[in-house]
Amino acid sequence: MTTDLISGGTASPRVYKDYSRPLWQRILITREGAVYAALILVIIGATLSVRNFGSPITMTYLLLDVTPILLIALPMTLVIVTGEIDLSVASVVGLSSVVLGTLHQAGLPIPAAALVAIVVGAVAGAFNGFLITVVGLPSLAVTIGTLALYRGLAVGLLGTTAVTDFTEFWTDLAKSKIGGTGVPTVMILFVVLLIAFAIVLHFTPFGRGIFAIGLSSEAAKFSGVHVERTKFILFVLTGTISALAGIYYTLRFGSARGDNATGLELSVIAAVLLGGVSIFGGRGALHGVVAGVLLIGVLGSALRLANVTSDVINIITGVLLVASVVSTSVLNWVRAKRTRPGESKKPK
Amino acid sequence: MLFQKKTGRAGAFAALAVTVALVATGCAASDDGGDGGSGGDSGNLAITFLPKNLGNAYFDTSDKGGEKAIGEFDGTYAEVGPAEASPDAQVSYINTLTQQGVGGIAISANDPKAICDALNEARDAGVKVVTFDSDTNPECRDIFINQATSEGIAKVQVDLIAEQIGDEGEIAILSATANATNQNAWIELMKTDLEANHPNITLVDTVYGDDDDQTSFDKTAALLQTHPDLKGIVSPTTVGIAAAARYLQTSEFKGKVALTGLGTPNQMRDYVEDGTVTAFALWNPADLGYLAAYAAKALIEGDITGAEGDKFTAGDLGDYEVGADGTVLLGDPYTFDADNISEFDF
Amino acid sequence: MSTLTAETTASRVTSALGSFVKARETGILLALVLIVVVTTAKNPNFLFSNDGFRDLLLTPSILLLVAVGQAIVIITRNVDLSVGSVLGLTAYLTGRLFIDVPGIPIIVVFLAGLVFGGLLGLINGALVAFAKVPALVITLGTLYAYRGINVLWTGSDRINASDMPKPFLALGTQSVFFIPVLTIIAVVVLIAAGWYMRNQRGGRELYAIGSDPDAANLYGLNVTRRVLVAFVVCGALAGLAGVLYAARYGTVNSQAGSGFELEAVGAAVIGGVAIFGGSGTVWGAAIGAYLLFTINRALPILGVQDFWQRAVVGVLIIGAIVLDRLLALRQARKLVEARDPE
Repeated sequence: MTTDLISGGTASPRVYKDYSRPLWQRILITREGAVYAALILVIIGATLSVRNFGSPITMTYLLLDVTPILLIALPMTLVIVTGEIDLSVASVVGLSSVVLGTLHQAGLPIPAAALVAIVVGAVAGAFNGFLITVVGLPSLAVTIGTLALYRGLAVGLLGTTAVTDFTEFWTDLAKSKIGGTGVPTVMILFVVLLIAFAIVLHFTPFGRGIFAIGLSSEAAKFSGVHVERTKFILFVLTGTISALAGIYYTLRFGSARGDNATGLELSVIAAVLLGGVSIFGGRGALHGVVAGVLLIGVLGSALRLANVTSDVINIITGVLLVASVVSTSVLNWVRAKRTRPGESKKPK
Repeated sequence: MLFQKKTGRAGAFAALAVTVALVATGCAASDDGGDGGSGGDSGNLAITFLPKNLGNAYFDTSDKGGEKAIGEFDGTYAEVGPAEASPDAQVSYINTLTQQGVGGIAISANDPKAICDALNEARDAGVKVVTFDSDTNPECRDIFINQATSEGIAKVQVDLIAEQIGDEGEIAILSATANATNQNAWIELMKTDLEANHPNITLVDTVYGDDDDQTSFDKTAALLQTHPDLKGIVSPTTVGIAAAARYLQTSEFKGKVALTGLGTPNQMRDYVEDGTVTAFALWNPADLGYLAAYAAKALIEGDITGAEGDKFTAGDLGDYEVGADGTVLLGDPYTFDADNISEFDF
Repeated sequence: MSTLTAETTASRVTSALGSFVKARETGILLALVLIVVVTTAKNPNFLFSNDGFRDLLLTPSILLLVAVGQAIVIITRNVDLSVGSVLGLTAYLTGRLFIDVPGIPIIVVFLAGLVFGGLLGLINGALVAFAKVPALVITLGTLYAYRGINVLWTGSDRINASDMPKPFLALGTQSVFFIPVLTIIAVVVLIAAGWYMRNQRGGRELYAIGSDPDAANLYGLNVTRRVLVAFVVCGALAGLAGVLYAARYGTVNSQAGSGFELEAVGAAVIGGVAIFGGSGTVWGAAIGAYLLFTINRALPILGVQDFWQRAVVGVLIIGAIVLDRLLALRQARKLVEARDPE
């Protein structure tokens, strides 16, 4: 077989560019870009069409409401990128809320009680991690079990009573805003955590290991990544941060109840998946997740202000979640069909 | 690192998300009936009712009463509420109402303290807060419309059950949620009344049906099984008594275990007519909502401030005076039984 | 070379007996019996009063149907988290049918519930089978969406017991020879499902798909269609459970059925259905459903506040999957030893 390399000598030389598209297109076309675009469009649409949306207290309430989801979405992203899942986060929120409430009722000052609650969350996460990495159980099953267990412990400790007499100082702190802006003070905590997680995920070997595990945990192990240890650490992280979110939730609403935050895990997972993290593991970025959380939050806030009932918000969240994941599959399928024309022809 | 570029995918997703979102907000905006304006405006007669939870016959009636009143003075009526009777759910709705700048909120509280901060934020923004049926701590609201004195409500139920079980035996209480201000107040007074005046009656258990029908139903079944010598059940919540009656009607305890408490005539008619329940008590919830709406109107227009001695007129119900602690009394509880239940429709 | 041993009848009986005794289902059946015995010893009303006996058999039958459907889906290595919402929707549909179509025959309502539930399951199944997205995510989304549709449709209304015809409600409490009618319905469905899963080609293919989807594909099984059918059946059973729920409780509000999905998965897992698919039986799931409910009722009588019930469920689920794992490890080790005897 002779090649025609030399015979076409007078053809113009091929120009190679670094990328086939200009920068702005490359940014927009990633999954995260789509979420950002959707977020901006929804904000604009809501400001124009919903009365009272544009006022500053809307942003304040929005951020106050969405903080637990923002907080938990950070470690949840890492967990999902490794290909695992943690359904027990909302139950840990409830458990830490109850621990805070019972200890406060017993007379312990809030900082000490909060510390204990965080330790409880870490232990809960460690238990998950132990079952998943040491015993080798699938994370879906384990976290369904611990979802029931931790929620059961929370409800069992307090019954259906709620502890509600928290000192003004702490409940005000939870809802305080920075200076004259409408931004809640908890946002500082969130931004610090966001930066920490982003650095770990995108700029450290540990973070590269997380992506590697998601893409192929066997290959990762042979490349020297401590798969089991990494996963264990991640589950401890989800437990700890969920406990932190639980403390905030309790102080913000002024009510510690075993039922607090029931169903929160669905919102977190929906936001994470919406933000471009693949459920199969191996891809995702934190900024997309933040945009995903904000997108759901803004939608919910706008619809609530427009007196649309919360069930419609739920329908939209559910449909968005399904659509975002299905669209990936469908478009992959379409692309696969297009780039393999040879297979569709019958063999001679 | 760039992961796979998804040309059409990202665009499709963005388009989908935006379409869904804009359609939803567009639909909502087109029937956005809430008349915003800013709170604190003395002409802002947009009053929203926020019951403990939606889907509760008692609150349906009270809120309709409020709607009728608001129609009479040309205000704007709205009703919002959580599906489950929990305090933190109510906080979210109160926040939304604050943002919307309504004139007044009429709320039945799931907890005396948990919603205080949210209510005070609303009041700071100029919204007037009226509690009805179930109160909060007095510093978080402007006026409380009480259906009757708590002592009176507790006493009528204790009297009824004592009469029905022959003034001796074991009884149990099937309440609503564990934190509900009103039920807890009545239960405390019932216990005091029992100790003082009915030494032969023992209260063996208090269970919580969470104002949820299925839970109350199952809790009744569990009560009857756990305490085989139970002679009577008192349920100071309309959801609880209806569910308990439904269970009793098909169980072997019908007629042997007495059931009384607070119920609405329409829900209880069946059970009174076939003997499952002899008598129960209530007041007219429609009047309660009606009065709450007029009180809110009086507050918004500046006629009263909620101080003791303030007087205002409440349409067809006449004149009312504010008592101690910003409380307004509707009237006395009323006992329903087989003789008079056919006269009522709520 | 291994020598073939002739199987005598005696050894066949003992081996059958042995596998029966070792079966997971027997284990939890024993646990169930134990709990009932202990509780009845403390309070004879638990079992021996008319109401007690009836309630013990009756109320779990709703969960039984949902658990059987869930087991079928889990066996194919998927999960269906939307069953609670499907139940709620069909329960409300039942009420609405009775109100809006007066005189509608009860059997039509039952069929409507089955069909409606099946349709909702079809949506799940189509998305999972065709779009190849993990069932967890899909059913998470449909759990939200269906519940939202339920609340939207219900508004702030409620179906009251008085809205439904008396014969229908009587179904919820009547008994035939001391066994409640609803339980009979549930058991009939259970027997049909159990027979199908064990003896029919379709059923065994579901097991194959759950054990190793790639191998099933290579073998030529129509994986897409089987998974679709599994989800449709799960949805239909949840729909039937919704109709039974309306008959039993009489009052249906927008929150009916919430939380059922967790109990159904728990019942299946406790009953021996492995969460990674391929093993377990619907019988196990049914016994698991009864076990869960009976524990809930037994706890207050044994002096434990029934608030702890969910914690007990969690411990049971975790215990069940740990046990499964240990058994699987032991099994694998035994197979290796048999293969390479030292």
